[in-house]
Amino acid sequence: MLKVKDLHAYYDKSHILQGVNFEVGAGEIVSLLGRNGVGRSTTVKTLMGEVTPHGSIEFKGEEIAGLKAFEIAQRGLGCVPENRDIFPTLTVRQNLVLGLKGKHESSRWSIDDMFQMFPNLAARAEVAGGVLSGGEQQMLCMCRTLMGDPELIMIDEPTEGLAPKVVEQIGDLLQEIASRGVSILLVEQKLSIALKISQRLYVMGHGKIVYEGTPASLMEAQDVRAEWLEV
Amino acid sequence: MNEVFIFATLNGLVTGLLLFMLASGLTLIFSMMGVLNFAHASFYMLGAYIAYTVSGYIGFWGGLLIAPLLVGALGAGVERYGLRRVHSYGHVAELIFTFGLAFLIEELVQFFWGRDTKNYQTPELLDFALFTLFGQEFSAYRGFMIAISLGIFAALYVVLTRSRVGIIIQASISHPHTVANLGHNVPFIFMCVFGAGTALAGVAGVIAGPVLTTFPGMAVVLGSIVYIIVVIGGLGSLPGAFIASLLVGLLQSYAIAADAGMPELLEWLGVSFERSHPLNDLWTLKLPQIAPVLPYLLLILVLIFKPTGLMGNREE
Repeated sequence: MLKVKDLHAYYDKSHILQGVNFEVGAGEIVSLLGRNGVGRSTTVKTLMGEVTPHGSIEFKGEEIAGLKAFEIAQRGLGCVPENRDIFPTLTVRQNLVLGLKGKHESSRWSIDDMFQMFPNLAARAEVAGGVLSGGEQQMLCMCRTLMGDPELIMIDEPTEGLAPKVVEQIGDLLQEIASRGVSILLVEQKLSIALKISQRLYVMGHGKIVYEGTPASLMEAQDVRAEWLEV
Repeated sequence: MNEVFIFATLNGLVTGLLLFMLASGLTLIFSMMGVLNFAHASFYMLGAYIAYTVSGYIGFWGGLLIAPLLVGALGAGVERYGLRRVHSYGHVAELIFTFGLAFLIEELVQFFWGRDTKNYQTPELLDFALFTLFGQEFSAYRGFMIAISLGIFAALYVVLTRSRVGIIIQASISHPHTVANLGHNVPFIFMCVFGAGTALAGVAGVIAGPVLTTFPGMAVVLGSIVYIIVVIGGLGSLPGAFIASLLVGLLQSYAIAADAGMPELLEWLGVSFERSHPLNDLWTLKLPQIAPVLPYLLLILVLIFKPTGLMGNREE
């Protein structure tokens, strides 16, 4: 589904991504782990065309490096950004409508699906997005991206700053997304949710992939966790 | 007294709504690009001239349909092949670009249509009195101007607040990157909004041309007032532009209609003055004489007491 080969990215003269290689298969849940500042979010931004990519990004067999963000999204790559970016003056329903790309007749997801999964959002459908709690905004942001019916969704730090109960709900949503055949690239700093739901995972360090394995193998690799993940 | 007030109100509404048609497009464009389009009033002038030419072949109504479409297409082209390229050089470059464009359009208008005033007429269909009040006639064409302005305001409001397109436009203004990540072509949306804004200016030109006269200076006459309106209303605020347009239209209309001025004020205050006094010209000023200055005075007051404008919330 997604093949990233020798990906480099720069912020001015700073060389942030220094040859990133990884793959996400169809229907797979893959996590990209690492400490702050190793290039996880830059990887997401580069895949979405927000940062100029140098290298190869193949999505569904097509080279997408160099395409504009909207062209990448239209090809089926969805992105839930780290900062959530809810449209604060638009209502919850309007935020969801924004996610539609115009071909929603055949979409896997409908607004009713979202409201069924998250009754909180249903109860606040006509409320401005800006007044929702952090957890509700995260849900809304994920649902908004799903409304565009992506085939692979990249989710950047979905559990950041959220209560354990909300994190649990997000875990359930990720399982539900995968069960409908959507691939997931989960970008996380914390191990808890990634170990629970991922089939494979990558660890990043200094702008490169430094470890590739399964949740079970990472649990055994004490040295990898100590060097690249634990604070 | 009543008839003066009623007619001043009606004339103020006509002027205010006409100003809003220009200010709404300018405000939309400012909201998106963060830059005042100084060529906006030039698109208004182009609307009037194109409609004048088209109406010579297929009548006023054909001009009303075709001129805004042509002006809108030209505006979209200016955004796509001009402003978008200049955008990366910053707002100063954009401002200079729109300034230059305003001069270019004015010169082109004079080149193709000449420097004289055009005999652009109101349509025969509306050449009658809509009603007569206190012995004064209110023309059907002025009623038509009010109706079309209110119609455009209502359509704009519904499209921007109720439709999916309007939601995408609103979101693109504040979060363009996020909207692009959701699969929407933001540059195309900006081009369409720029085109729609200039088309609105074109409509204003078509309907104002016959009553405010069509001549090469018409952009300058109305242009400065429109820029004042968007600042008074609050840069980027559509409701603010609507309120400010009506405020300026009514203010000027009441001032023109009022038979009062400094002599009456001084008399009311019990102050007398000599005709030979050096400040005699100031003491004898009448409101109709200072009517054109009032919008600027209002601008100064707003900038002093609410620098963000009546409905604006931009701090930067």
